[in-house]
Amino acid sequence: MTAYFINLLAGYPAWHWLVYLTIGLVQAALFLALAMLSVAVFNWLERKVAARVQDRLGPTRVGGRFGWLQSPADGLKLLCKEDLIPAGADHMLFRLAPYISFCAAFTPYLALPLAPGWVVQPLDTAVFFILAVAGLEIFGVILGGYASNSKWSLYGAMREAAQVVGYEIPLGLCVVTVVLAAGTLDLEQIAEAQRGWFWHWNLVNPFLFVTFWIYMTCATAGSNRAPFDLPEAESEIVAGFMTEYSGFRWSIFFMAEYTAMLLLSLVAAILFAGGWNGPVPVASLLGLTDKNGPLAEWCGHALGACNLIFKGYLGVTFMMWLRWTLPRLRVDQVMATCLKYCVPLACAMLAGTMAWTFLLRGGF
Amino acid sequence: MDITLWHNVFFFLMAGVACGTALAVVLAGNVVRMAFYLITSLAAVAGLFFLAGAQFLGAMQLMVYVGGTLVLLAFGVMLTARGPLSSMRTGGGQWVLAALLGGSLLAVLLQTVVQVGGPGGEAASTLAAAEETQSPTTAQLGLGLLGVRSQPPGQALARPAPPPAPGYLLVFEIISVHLLVVLVGAAYLARAKWRRPERLVIHHPPLAASQQLTTDN
Repeated sequence: MTAYFINLLAGYPAWHWLVYLTIGLVQAALFLALAMLSVAVFNWLERKVAARVQDRLGPTRVGGRFGWLQSPADGLKLLCKEDLIPAGADHMLFRLAPYISFCAAFTPYLALPLAPGWVVQPLDTAVFFILAVAGLEIFGVILGGYASNSKWSLYGAMREAAQVVGYEIPLGLCVVTVVLAAGTLDLEQIAEAQRGWFWHWNLVNPFLFVTFWIYMTCATAGSNRAPFDLPEAESEIVAGFMTEYSGFRWSIFFMAEYTAMLLLSLVAAILFAGGWNGPVPVASLLGLTDKNGPLAEWCGHALGACNLIFKGYLGVTFMMWLRWTLPRLRVDQVMATCLKYCVPLACAMLAGTMAWTFLLRGGF
Repeated sequence: MDITLWHNVFFFLMAGVACGTALAVVLAGNVVRMAFYLITSLAAVAGLFFLAGAQFLGAMQLMVYVGGTLVLLAFGVMLTARGPLSSMRTGGGQWVLAALLGGSLLAVLLQTVVQVGGPGGEAASTLAAAEETQSPTTAQLGLGLLGVRSQPPGQALARPAPPPAPGYLLVFEIISVHLLVVLVGAAYLARAKWRRPERLVIHHPPLAASQQLTTDN
């Protein structure tokens, strides 16, 4: 696309920088819109799912039916709240921390393909890049917890550090298992290898099926959602690292959490559940491929992108369901889950996938 | 006015951030702020790697160095949050020593920069050409670790083929097993001592042991 616009402006080389700037801004705005709209939807969905699990109705009146205006109303409320900074806080770090968290949660979308070729920056090590950048989210949490000058915040931040650093190991092992089976670190190639009907998905492989559930456990822990929400355990340490945050600064942490959840679910969908290739290959059945011209191909890709985003939403809904169903774990239970169950299981699945791939490719 | 302009803009932006925050690490007094500046500086260097097309190296920089500094930050907060070390002062002797070391490293680097020359220099253009011919380097890196070396395209004819190299796999494995031994040893030293239970047995979860384990991560 960039090349097309550059050709259009071939006679005016002085304006080429503007093309790059505009395209960059449009791409960033599109992904920001995806993330922010999703956060609004998830805020409403979380309330609805919680209500359904607890046999309530949830929001019903805001905006008429189903409480669909709940998220804008929440946003307005947060904007109007007083912005407090504790007296003994480290002002600079206290202000910076939420932005660091959000940037770390949002930047990986840069390398996330939504359909073949629909990616801001194609990287041949996309999975690795995403894991590396998404892991920086705890940095904002630790800074926020320290800078608040509050014991609760510091406790929450330390718990988060221990938990996330611990769970990065099995999470990485799960991703390595898929990478091993696919033979590439490129998310686009991993998804394209699962093209066709749902029995081409990685989930069908028995070892990768188990790996998927380990991945989802670690993703839940990595984005500190219940039952792994010890960093903000409200019954023990007020609100953990977010205790001293109010108003819009708090909501940036909130956005970072939901953005990271969506990111991890989208990556799970690409790694295990075919990415943009649906359970039924609708696009190729309808003839929406490059054989019928660029418009049909574009429609096919748009359908695939919707498919992927739907799977990401399903993953987030699964995490919400877990949150409102399971009780919070103790600190020692969180660590036991990671070190005694997730890591050995992930290692076993890695070995199993090695053997499976080896035998499938002809063995000796 | 094409993509090279943006390349320069981002290069100077990242380089400025890296240098500025590196200076701030030296000048700041608070341990946590130091760690924050250090992480920013390392992340800016990762950005420079991405800009140069070395995506794997950039992601590795984020994963290893920035992640490692993060653990350092956690330890720094745990050990010095409100203690006497939360603001550090550097003595005069240390300043002199550090300036000497840093200055000599800078001199060596500057010499290399002068040799390579600016963006128009001969060596720089050769390097740029080499960068273009072998941009996806990840697979080559992985194969190189296993001992399978692919010849750089430009040098394939210039030199005779080297004997098959053993690769770095054995070295890599020895280092990682060594690190594992160090970790197990640290966990052994730091664990809560097991005492013979008294008559009155109170069952409680082994909290201390598991917490020690987590800090070693």
